[in-house]
Amino acid sequence: MRGTIENRDSFLEKIAGKLNRTVGEVPEMPIWAHKPQERVYEDYSEDQLTAMMKKACESIHTTVCETNSDGLAEKLKQLIDKYGAGKIVATKDERFEAFGLSNVLENYQAYTWNYKEGHQNIDKAAEANIGLSICDVMLAESATAGLFNDKDKARSVSLLPETSIVIVPKSSIVPRLTQAMNLIENKVENGEDVSSYINFISGPSNSADIEMRLVVGVHGPIKVAYIIVSDL
Amino acid sequence: MPMKVGNRPFFEGVDKAIHDSFMVNAVSSAQDGLRGRKLSATIGDKALGDWEEWRSAGEEIRAHTLNNLDYYLKQLSDNFAARGGHVFFAETAEEARDYVKKVCKEKNAKHVVKAKSMVTEEISLNEALEEEGCEVLETDLAEFILQVDHDQPSHIVVPSVHKNRQQIRDAFKKLGYEGSDDPKELAGFARKTLRSKFLNADVGITGCNFAVADTGSICLVTNEGNANMVTSFPETQITVMGMERLVPTWKELDVVVSLLCRSSVGQRLTTYVTDITPKADQDAVDSPKDYHLVIVDAGRSNALGTDFQSALHCIRCAACINVCPVYRHIGGHAYGSIYPGPIGAVLSPILGGYEEYGKLPYASSLCAACSEACPVKIPLHKLLIRHREKYVEGGGHPPVMERAAMKGFSIGASSPMIFRAGTKMAPIMLKPLVHDGSIPKGPGPMKPWTHGRDLPAPSKENFRDWFKKHKQQSATIQAKGTGESL
Repeated sequence: MRGTIENRDSFLEKIAGKLNRTVGEVPEMPIWAHKPQERVYEDYSEDQLTAMMKKACESIHTTVCETNSDGLAEKLKQLIDKYGAGKIVATKDERFEAFGLSNVLENYQAYTWNYKEGHQNIDKAAEANIGLSICDVMLAESATAGLFNDKDKARSVSLLPETSIVIVPKSSIVPRLTQAMNLIENKVENGEDVSSYINFISGPSNSADIEMRLVVGVHGPIKVAYIIVSDL
Repeated sequence: MPMKVGNRPFFEGVDKAIHDSFMVNAVSSAQDGLRGRKLSATIGDKALGDWEEWRSAGEEIRAHTLNNLDYYLKQLSDNFAARGGHVFFAETAEEARDYVKKVCKEKNAKHVVKAKSMVTEEISLNEALEEEGCEVLETDLAEFILQVDHDQPSHIVVPSVHKNRQQIRDAFKKLGYEGSDDPKELAGFARKTLRSKFLNADVGITGCNFAVADTGSICLVTNEGNANMVTSFPETQITVMGMERLVPTWKELDVVVSLLCRSSVGQRLTTYVTDITPKADQDAVDSPKDYHLVIVDAGRSNALGTDFQSALHCIRCAACINVCPVYRHIGGHAYGSIYPGPIGAVLSPILGGYEEYGKLPYASSLCAACSEACPVKIPLHKLLIRHREKYVEGGGHPPVMERAAMKGFSIGASSPMIFRAGTKMAPIMLKPLVHDGSIPKGPGPMKPWTHGRDLPAPSKENFRDWFKKHKQQSATIQAKGTGESL
């Protein structure tokens, strides 16, 4: 259903008048003279990007480890135990099964997000100790997990539990925000819908608002860990 | 909280501030920290390539967007509405407040949670909603502290920079806090206190770092996770944006977000860069069902098509504030505006007029450190000079004394006779004030100067007399010299 737009005409006429334009006159999209962003890490190999991403994890207080698809289930188990297991919540994402993780989720009695269950999903996430998500695009420069959240791949999973574990297929690693934005813009140009909530998350929530001292863990997770899967 | 901070005239505010030694120390160490971090994440990060080219990229994106602002706002509102969101264009602060009040009333909202937003401070939104009986809770840690302590922001990125941990602990005691002044413990208290508020609020209100015109999306750049809470659990989401805060597409969003994160806090990206596109009919349980976007002018259009248009390019990183020698000594409150520092001194008179903010452009040494620090190349110091020109030309009704003095000077300077008489009179008139060749304590307009240093006593001889004498002397010497060489 289309939403309403109020007060637009007079508002835009005033602006256009000051700019010597007619309202809505289509500007020619310029060819930008400066595009430094496209050259950053442009010739890095996948391994170089992975190494850079691991290094970036240090400055965002995030634990990172690497395994392959055969070792993934075991690695995830180890991490869950390391963070004290307890209640676990996971996004509804086919990739958990495709990556061979169904057994791990079952053994730990993880709750899988199901929007049909309504508000109790949020309660489950709020009381969980660990949230499990799978990364859609990983930005190597800043070790940022790009999550294209929707009603199944719920945002609460990487927000409410104290610990967030994110599985990172190595093939999802790109140099920086530039490539992720191009990916989104290409979708738009192809007429595809953009996710209603695109979240770029770099480590645990933090604040330096008190005397400029960094406090790690404010409203979002207090601990974040990545598992890179080298052959996915 | 309105745009105006306190009721003190500017120079009185300055006087109070420079004697607040805790504040001055806190501000200068915050400035040093933020500036250092910015430098290592910008010119210090060799992988980025040429930082100057990044600034140029930012400048051309902002200039193009502002030059075609009506088009991009139309596109943004069309796309936001096409996805089920409601858009309201507010020419004034009052219209914006009234719209938000109306929405809250319709929703029968009692509990409102807010993520940090300068524009909602500017339009005094909290007070308006409180009058309607809503509980309005600031959830950014710094804003939460200020709200609990009934204080006002003094920096646009770190609003509580002027407060120390003991003051914060004491403020939290009002809410039953019994812990220490350890920042981690204090932040933990905020986490615990606010968690249930997030989950039970009726309406979430945020500002907008950037909107993306071609999809109708809102981008929020944050660290604490509170903005994610505010935009996930309340059924209704209201975003309030200054009308200039948008980019054409996601590709330009990349550049401005990169510039903002690095210039404001020296992070490659902040912990959360969150892009919200309305999808009002989806069944997500952790998403608003109702989206509103309020696009605010409130004086911004005064700058369009004028010398000041580039002030609207600002991405609110505060890099100019973090290098300003004047801000360093007087802090944020003295400016009397929620927008302090160089950008505040440029922006406040545009939004609030010269009558109220005409003095602020004088709060600058014109050293141009601000212009050099700006990631989108706003020529801040030049705009400050332009403001001063307009203020003195009468645009801002300069003070009576200053106008009288200028008038007196123009009469004096236009008649050679009066001018000569004046320069001769000056040493005689000022003689009673002179001690040991200088004036340590001057009256009237000399007072602010002599408060900080001595004014040299006027020379007994004026320039014209000296020049006449000098010319005669050198003619004699030359004549002599020529004679000897022969």
